[in-house]
Amino acid sequence: MNDEGIAAAPMLDAAFSWFPIASSEDLPFRHTYHTKLLGRELAVWRADDGYVNVWEDRCLHRGVRLSIGLNDGAELKCQYHGWRYASRSAGCTYIPAHPADAPARTICCTTFPVVERYGLVWSGEEPLGDVAQVALFGDEGLTLRPVPIHAPAALVAERLRSYRFRPNPTATGSSGECTVESGDERAVVVTARDGTAEMNVVFFVQPVDARTCVVRGLLVPRPVDDAVVGVLRHHNERMSTLRDEVEEAAAVMPPPPPMQPRVRAPAPVAEPTHTPADTRTAPLRVVVARKWATADGIAGFELESIGERLPAFQPGAHIDVHLPNGLVRQYSLTNGPGDVVRYRIGVKLEPDSRGGSKALHESIREGDVLAISEPRNNFPLRRDRATTILIAGGIGVTPLIAMAQALGHAQLDFRLHYFAQSPAHLAFPEVLDLLGERVVRHLGLGPTETGQRLQEILAERRPSSQVYVCGPGSMLGATRQMAAELGWPDDAVHFEYFKNTTVVDDSSAFDVELARSALHLRVPAGTTILEVLAEHGVIVASSCQQGACGTCLVSVLDGVPDHQDVYLNDAEKQRNDRMLVCVSRAKSPRLVLDV
Amino acid sequence: MWSNSSTRPIVDSFERCTDPVALNQWHPLSAVAELRRGVTYQTLLLGEPLGYGIDDAGEPVVWPAKALHLPAGSPLPATPPAGLPTQVSYGYLWTTLGDPQPLFAIPEADEPDRRVLNAATIGIATSAPRAVENFLDMGHFPFVHAGVLGAEPHTEVVDYRVDVVDGEVWATGCRFPQPKAAPGSSASAMTDYTYRVPHPYCTILYKSCPFDESRRDVIGLFLQPMGEEAVRANMLLCVVDPISTDTEIRRFQLGIFSQDKPILENQVPRRLPLSPIAETPIRADKSAIAYRRWLSEMGLTYGVIPAADGAA
Repeated sequence: MNDEGIAAAPMLDAAFSWFPIASSEDLPFRHTYHTKLLGRELAVWRADDGYVNVWEDRCLHRGVRLSIGLNDGAELKCQYHGWRYASRSAGCTYIPAHPADAPARTICCTTFPVVERYGLVWSGEEPLGDVAQVALFGDEGLTLRPVPIHAPAALVAERLRSYRFRPNPTATGSSGECTVESGDERAVVVTARDGTAEMNVVFFVQPVDARTCVVRGLLVPRPVDDAVVGVLRHHNERMSTLRDEVEEAAAVMPPPPPMQPRVRAPAPVAEPTHTPADTRTAPLRVVVARKWATADGIAGFELESIGERLPAFQPGAHIDVHLPNGLVRQYSLTNGPGDVVRYRIGVKLEPDSRGGSKALHESIREGDVLAISEPRNNFPLRRDRATTILIAGGIGVTPLIAMAQALGHAQLDFRLHYFAQSPAHLAFPEVLDLLGERVVRHLGLGPTETGQRLQEILAERRPSSQVYVCGPGSMLGATRQMAAELGWPDDAVHFEYFKNTTVVDDSSAFDVELARSALHLRVPAGTTILEVLAEHGVIVASSCQQGACGTCLVSVLDGVPDHQDVYLNDAEKQRNDRMLVCVSRAKSPRLVLDV
Repeated sequence: MWSNSSTRPIVDSFERCTDPVALNQWHPLSAVAELRRGVTYQTLLLGEPLGYGIDDAGEPVVWPAKALHLPAGSPLPATPPAGLPTQVSYGYLWTTLGDPQPLFAIPEADEPDRRVLNAATIGIATSAPRAVENFLDMGHFPFVHAGVLGAEPHTEVVDYRVDVVDGEVWATGCRFPQPKAAPGSSASAMTDYTYRVPHPYCTILYKSCPFDESRRDVIGLFLQPMGEEAVRANMLLCVVDPISTDTEIRRFQLGIFSQDKPILENQVPRRLPLSPIAETPIRADKSAIAYRRWLSEMGLTYGVIPAADGAA
């Protein structure tokens, strides 16, 4: 090996360095691996797309090690309460004890950077720069068996400098000569020459904790296949000897002080689902990586993050897309579990577009940058029912496509009934094909036939089934009414309106008192509560401003709301304890809101 | 390390407890039915090595090993020096290193047709409060006790009520669908639970009895804190079950225990953090939240990580 075997780099503090933490072959698909670095326990797992996740080894809920969790290829599931965390972002996607709630965005495991190179997986606390560069070193080496040694890393690295081996152990004759080409306490390169034969071994030392390390060796070049077993046996013997010697030396040394992994701030307490966290903000910047016609009049968009990785999302979630013309539109994510690199949305060109869908269809091109919100979920998918019936009308299929993939991945029973004009109007046909027979297409039906078909679908009610429906207002109204007549309980019928098509009556005038802000305001006819609040500097998070998305839900402490939204179900409306302030008003002269 | 009847001397490797709250409690050492009379046993309580046994007359004897060290299996001394207070309740030998209040009452244990037995005693490498919290938790049934105390996808923990009554934590109105709630259950049933925490390291549950709709089975979990992060867990059964044999009942509960043990031993940290932001509680954890607050208010420090001052 020429020059220095390892590119010269100033010795960095261990917290800023890369270390090998596993061999690539330690991470087969659907397996979870436990290791430790600098005193910190890590859960390491490979998603089905090949990405390696390196996480703090604790479930945020109750501290159970995630390394005993289940890797389902897309998410890691904690063994204790089944909490699920998405690959890459490590965000929590499902809390089974509360199936109707979307987990708060803040529930996100601590992740560490990762690089896979030379058959090894590298990570670190906050590593700077690149992993060790090994000169003349492609991916052609042979990874040696990792050797755990009960001795401090620095001592082991020092002893590795006197590691001696034969380049061709099966050949008889001279033992050759070894030289140490370079070395520090992280890595040592030893080169053995015997006549024309030359072999390098590069040792990387993983400091597990103050008293223990793992030596991970690579042989360069890779020996010919016939020689591999003999070479491995040779190094195994030499490494065992070295281990015995260094452990003996360490045993008589004073024990080093334990390493204290830096304590990371605990996750904030889970926020209730409907806490308005922020008003309409668009903190994420994404680039349109792909735009294509997925169906007649429907454009598909794949949005890729610039910089930070995309936050976790759950089936049913939507993003606000902020358009260059100042409009903000909501679109459901169609992604299935594990499909976490790009957000995928479908946009239907509305004939009476006020500029939203038109801009996306006509102006936005691949390569353009858009500002989007973090995913919000007002349409969470319960996964505690034996059967789920998904009913989609037209572009209403988008959240249901995400749900169908999640249910399929979880091996839960479902049917996706997709009502559309014609085969050419079916969005995301490639995803529908993957879902196979569980997608039932209802094409070109008129209103009467649609009603009959819905009647048939809903007639199959079983105690542990549920319905999710999304589509045009008329279809949702019909579905909800039919479901009620057929005896479906309210809490088994979930719906999302794309827009609230009921006409809002804003003719009333009334007073609102804001209990927390200590304000007393008048809401005149023609103005919404939300607008009056905003005028007085009280910002309530809102999104659709049509009474459909549920973002601006607030608690009502006194007075009788005049519900005009389509978000709350009838039972919730009758309780009069919450309201959507973007459209709903007051039946009583005065409302007291918990704002 | 876990066995009370080992002939190995117990290594005095635990720090002794200085927490008056933990010291001034009654703690269980063993099921009396499992002790041979006239024989010395050894154990640790709150880091303190103890010798103990039941004498030929059936009277319990407990003493600190620092006053008289006898190898396990030796003849039991008639009057050991510095003998500690003892009582036999619910089939267990209890002792204390301090000045405790009377032990909590379980009136059901006196009902003549109840089966009262120690279902299992097992060592767990965790703190006593972690084990109590696990016992109070319904959310883990479908995952840890799959097919027995719960089954996916039926995972929802519906709202229940938590109160502190007469200095005890009570969780009432708890309901969970269970495939096989008890050894006598044949079919899946919605099971009603009431949980009670009368002691920082002891908890009791009352659940629907499959044999008599009007009564409830009583199950107690009594932790012997050997050290801050090592317990022996004793499970008391006090049930109405005219059919199952003792062995069947024990096997069922031992099966449950063996599913909880690896989870508890993989919980980090082992001591229970009392700060409300140390972990991520959800609504289903209401009873655990109340238990942690209750421990904070009583000032317990042994087996827990106290909340920073004022944060409790």
